[in-house]
Amino acid sequence: MEALLQVKNLATRFYTDEGIVHAVNGISYAMEAGETLGVVGESGCGKTVHALSIMRLIPSPPGKIDAGEVIFDDGRDLLKLSSGDMRLVRGAEIAMVFQDPMTSLNPVFTVGAQIVEALKIHFAMTETEAKGRAGELLEMVGIPAANNRLNDYPHQFSGGMRQRAMIAMALSCDPKLLIADEPTTALDVTIQAQIVDLVRRLQAQLGMAVMWITHDLGVVAELARKINVMYAGYIIERGDVHSIYKRTRHPYTIGLLGSLPRLDETPGTKLVSIPGLPPDLIALPQGCPFYARCTYRADQCLEEMPPLEPTDDEGHIVACWRWEYVAGRNA
Amino acid sequence: MSGGNGSLVSVRNLKKYFPIMRGTIIERHVGDIKAVNDVSFDIIKGETLGLVGETGCGKTTVGRTILRLYEPTDGAIIVGGVNLADVTGGDLRRMRRQMQMIFQDPYASLNPRMTVGSIIAAPLEVHNIARGKEKHDRVQDLLQMVGLNPYFVNRYPHEFSGGQRQRIGIARALALNPDLVICDEPISSLDVSIQAQVVNLLEELQEKLGLTYLFIAHDLSMVRHISDRMAVMYLGKIVELTDRDEIYLNPLHPYTQALMSAVPIPDPDVAVRRTRIILEGDIPSPANPPVGCNFNTRCPVATDVCFVDEPVYREAKPGHWVACHLVE
Repeated sequence: MEALLQVKNLATRFYTDEGIVHAVNGISYAMEAGETLGVVGESGCGKTVHALSIMRLIPSPPGKIDAGEVIFDDGRDLLKLSSGDMRLVRGAEIAMVFQDPMTSLNPVFTVGAQIVEALKIHFAMTETEAKGRAGELLEMVGIPAANNRLNDYPHQFSGGMRQRAMIAMALSCDPKLLIADEPTTALDVTIQAQIVDLVRRLQAQLGMAVMWITHDLGVVAELARKINVMYAGYIIERGDVHSIYKRTRHPYTIGLLGSLPRLDETPGTKLVSIPGLPPDLIALPQGCPFYARCTYRADQCLEEMPPLEPTDDEGHIVACWRWEYVAGRNA
Repeated sequence: MSGGNGSLVSVRNLKKYFPIMRGTIIERHVGDIKAVNDVSFDIIKGETLGLVGETGCGKTTVGRTILRLYEPTDGAIIVGGVNLADVTGGDLRRMRRQMQMIFQDPYASLNPRMTVGSIIAAPLEVHNIARGKEKHDRVQDLLQMVGLNPYFVNRYPHEFSGGQRQRIGIARALALNPDLVICDEPISSLDVSIQAQVVNLLEELQEKLGLTYLFIAHDLSMVRHISDRMAVMYLGKIVELTDRDEIYLNPLHPYTQALMSAVPIPDPDVAVRRTRIILEGDIPSPANPPVGCNFNTRCPVATDVCFVDEPVYREAKPGHWVACHLVE
C-alpha cells in the first residue's frame, strides 16, 4: 500500500541560551492512508515537537528543523514547500487537534465564526454556505442543537464540547491526516470515552489517517494499529499494537507498561517503576539515552546509540543492543 | 485517636456549600454551590480509602473539609470521639498534628524562597516539637525516608524535578508523625514512570509507619491499585463505597459501571473484548443539581422514580454502600 506520510531522518533542535536542545533526533517511519498510529512517550520525549515539525509549526527562532524529509501523499516534501503552499496543506490536508481546547479556541469570537473562517479560506464559500456547513459539522461531532450553538462563545461550551468543536474545525476541510496531540488529557474519563468513540466513528466514516499522540498507553491500546514509542527524541520501539504490548522488546517500554496500574489487576500487584529521570536534552549522552535508567545495560550501551533493528516479529523494530536478551528475560 | 469499629475518622452527613453572591455594593446571597452534599463514611485505621470522581464532583472539598481547611456547612467529622467541626483555636491545631495533607501541585505547594530543610522543618517549629540539633536530625531522617539525599537540605525547590518535589511534600506531611494523610491528587501532575515511583514510596511508608490514607484522585486504575476500599463521588455525593475488588467486579451504581467501563486498559486484547457504556452529555452544575437522583440526566437506566425522589445511601450488601433506586 502507498504511504501517506513518510518521515525520514527528521531532526529538530532548539537553539536556546542554555544550549542546543536536541528535541527530535533523526526519526523515520511511514504511515499508510487510513491508518491509526499511536505516538507514545513522556513529557519531553519529542512527540509533540515531531508533530509540529511535520506541520511546520516550530517557533523559529529558537527552533529549527535541521535535517530530514517529510514526504506527504503524492511525493511532496513538506519541509521544502513555500510558506504559502504549506498554508494550503495545513488544515486542508493535515489537520491538528491540540490538548487544551480552551487555549486553542479564540475566546472573543463565537465558535461558529471560527469554523466559518476556515471554510471561507479553504473553499471560498459565502457566509451563508459556510454557516450551514459549520452547523452540519457541529452536528456530526455530536453537539446537541448544533445550529443554535454556533453563536455561543467558547466559554459557554464545556471542556468536552470544546474538544468536539475543535475536531469539527479540524475535519471541516476533510483532511487526509488528523494529528491529535493529547486531545483527551485535559478531559474526564467519561468524556474521554466519548471523544475516543467519536474519533473512531468519524475515521470509519471519512477514511482519514489519525496520528494519536499521548502519554497514556491505555487509550492507544484500543485505538491504534501501530505504535511508535519515543524517548529523548528517538523512536526506540515501533510495531503493531499487539506486538508492542504483548511482545515488548525495549526496556523503557517494559518499564512504562510496568509503571501503569491496570484496572483489571490482581490485588497485591506491585508497580515496577523506572528509577531516575529522563536525560537532559541539552546534554544527551553519547550512547543509549536510556542507559542511566536501564536495568539491562551493558558497556556497549554507553558507547553507541543502538540503531532500530528488526526483531523476529514482522514490522516490530527496536533500538536496543540487548533486545534479544531483554525479550528472553521477559518472555 | 480511634472511634468504634476500628475507624479513625467518621464523617457524618458532611455538607460544604459555597455561597454564590451577586451585586457589587450590596451583596446578596443568591444560591449555593453544593460542593459536598450530605456525605457519610468511615476511614478505618491503617487502610487506604480511595475517593474517585470526575472534575467538580467535590472529592477535593471533602479532603479539605475533613482537615477544616474549609469550614463545614453542616455535619460531623468525628476523630477519637471528638467532633472536629466544633473544635477551635489551639485544640484544633493540636488535632491537626494527627492529620496532614499532600497536595496535587508540587510546584505551587512549596514556597520557592524557602530551602528544602526549612520547608520540612516548618511543621516541627509551628507545633514546637523539635529545635536545634534534634530538628536538624529529624529533617535528615525524613529526607532519607522519602528517598532524597540528606545532602540536599539547603537546596531550593526549583532545583528539583516534579517527582522529587512531591517527595519533599511527602516528607513535610510526615514530619509530625500523623495518623492520617490526605493525599489530594498527589501524582496527577507527574509522568507515568515517576507516578509509579511516588506510589511505591507511599505504599512503603504506609507499611513502615502504619499510616492511614485518604487517597483522592481521578485516575481509577491508580486508585484501585493503592486502595483497600473505594468511594465514588458524583456531584457532591458518594454514590457507591465498597472494597476495591467488589467495586471492580460487581459495581452496583450505573455511574460506577460507566466509569469503570470508560477507563482504558493498556492491553489490546482486553480492549477488543470490553463493552463500553458511553454516558451522554456533561456533569450538571453543582449550583443547580437535578431534582431526584442527581445522576438522572446521564443515567442510561433511569426510571420515573429517579426524577422525583432522591435515592437513600444505604448498605445494600455487607460492606457495600450504594445510593440508587434500582439496586435491590
